[in-house]
Amino acid sequence: MSTPYNAMELMICCAARLLEDGRTAAVGTGVPCAAAMLAQRTHAPHLVMLFEAGGIAPQLPTMPISVGDSRSFHRAVMATSMADIMETCQRGLVDYTFLGGAQIDPYGNLNSTLIGGDYVHPKVRLPGSGGANDLASLCWRIFVVTNHDRRRFVEKLDFLTTPGYLTGPGAREQAGLPPGTGPYRVITDLAVMSYDDETKRMQVHSLHPGVTLAQVRAATGFELGVREPLAVTEPPTPGELRILREEVDPHRYVIGRC
Amino acid sequence: MNILSQGEGALFSDPSADRARQFFVEKPRALTDKVMTVTEAVHRFIHDDDYFASGGFGCARIPTAVLHEILRQGPKRLSFAGHTATHDFQILCAGNGLGRGPTLAAVDIAYIVGLEARGLSAHARRVMESGEVACTEWTNYTLAVRFKAAAMGVPFLPARSMLGTDTFRHSAARVVACPFTGEKVALLPALYPDVAAIHVHEADRYGNCRIRGTTVADLDLARAARRLIITCERLIPGDDIRQDPSRTVIPFFCVDAVCEVPFGSYPGNMPYEYFSDEDHLRQWLAAEKDVTTFGAFLETHIYGVGDFADYLQRCGGLSRLQELRRHEFLLHRGM
Repeated sequence: MSTPYNAMELMICCAARLLEDGRTAAVGTGVPCAAAMLAQRTHAPHLVMLFEAGGIAPQLPTMPISVGDSRSFHRAVMATSMADIMETCQRGLVDYTFLGGAQIDPYGNLNSTLIGGDYVHPKVRLPGSGGANDLASLCWRIFVVTNHDRRRFVEKLDFLTTPGYLTGPGAREQAGLPPGTGPYRVITDLAVMSYDDETKRMQVHSLHPGVTLAQVRAATGFELGVREPLAVTEPPTPGELRILREEVDPHRYVIGRC
Repeated sequence: MNILSQGEGALFSDPSADRARQFFVEKPRALTDKVMTVTEAVHRFIHDDDYFASGGFGCARIPTAVLHEILRQGPKRLSFAGHTATHDFQILCAGNGLGRGPTLAAVDIAYIVGLEARGLSAHARRVMESGEVACTEWTNYTLAVRFKAAAMGVPFLPARSMLGTDTFRHSAARVVACPFTGEKVALLPALYPDVAAIHVHEADRYGNCRIRGTTVADLDLARAARRLIITCERLIPGDDIRQDPSRTVIPFFCVDAVCEVPFGSYPGNMPYEYFSDEDHLRQWLAAEKDVTTFGAFLETHIYGVGDFADYLQRCGGLSRLQELRRHEFLLHRGM
């Protein structure tokens, strides 16, 4: 009998398992931070966290509230500048990054700039790129962790803030982005998505326990392929849940969000 | 170099390295006492139509006292570098759309309107959705590179960011092929702000500054700005600076004003000193939802307030600040 868990705990576990030991991850607050902390406490003790404001390899006492607050470099090996972090990415030394957005399209492009209207009079003005465009341009593998619904998974973005595979195969390289970089996984409350090697379009990689392919497709505003054989996501183990609940997020800042 | 593509966004500042030199040739270099009040510093160094930039990271190590004083004195039609801008942007936006100002006329946008996981600022959204503020898009790194180019005294620098996106299309960057390798790069014009404000831990009377913790883009911003207002938690003797010059991160000749403002990053976090006041930030976000409520909130917390010490008093004074010191884990390492 497995321990009951919620969708947020499952998403964090999915992300954590994909982070290999001895790698570097540019993380933000919330889910990415929880995933990296869980990975460090399980299979990847030498995973290095970087925060865009300048924190390198912190030992977090608790979840930071901001990627620039003092917790983001607590017992770190270095407190440096944003340019230093981003240039570490630009040199090819940063393996993973985690991003989100109000909209994502079939190629993993993200919108965090505006919804509706036009550029001068948007219906909703959102923050903009922040560091997202930089990290998605410069890190090797991009993870997106988000809730799964048709408002978010759209055929066409209102604004392409942050690059995924742009218009498809070869487009990142054509634009001048570093070869070999790009979207890797999208982890939602319903499934894990990867990208087809040929078309660079998003495809279902594994369905979460109890979720059907029809459900995932109904929550997606574009045609979603399937990677065969379609797997079922491994549920969180009791050990993962214990670490997540007792050590990583005892105040349930992140895992309590659902 | 052939320009392969070009953003449609406007440039709100002059990237010319020569014209920056023409300004810097006149800038005083003498080791003089620059201590003054925030009121005097804002009056002397921030003018209508200036390009203004603010240091720190949104809710961490921000020059809150200068931002409040900008609202009170009302320099108008500023251009602003929206670099990691959260509570700092929220304060400046309060000068638009409420019958005063307008404080902001143009924004170079990397991150605005949001306060990270805390949510979106309703009033900043109203201002930015009204179309009254001109916008050009950038990213956190590319704005940092623009400060770095200015700090280097060159008119641009290349980076491999923004390529292929609408962010680029609404920027004022240009794409070229590298003349050495053929690799495409985005060229980013230098950003020399007319004036910047940065909050630091310690400074001497001349403006030599120490910062603890992450520096974000502030070391380049300090050098890029034509005029620089420093607020500091503590003034320290100039002799302390000379005892340990390796700790100086901004030299005096970049600095025009030094203002001692204890708890000057409040309600933001000041690493090693005090954590952010999340309750107060929530009050801001809640008050903004209704224009009348927000107007009254600003009267109580900014316009009807004598100075920053008075603001701190209204927000709970020393007992609240000591509580925030208890939340600053860097003060309690080893626990």
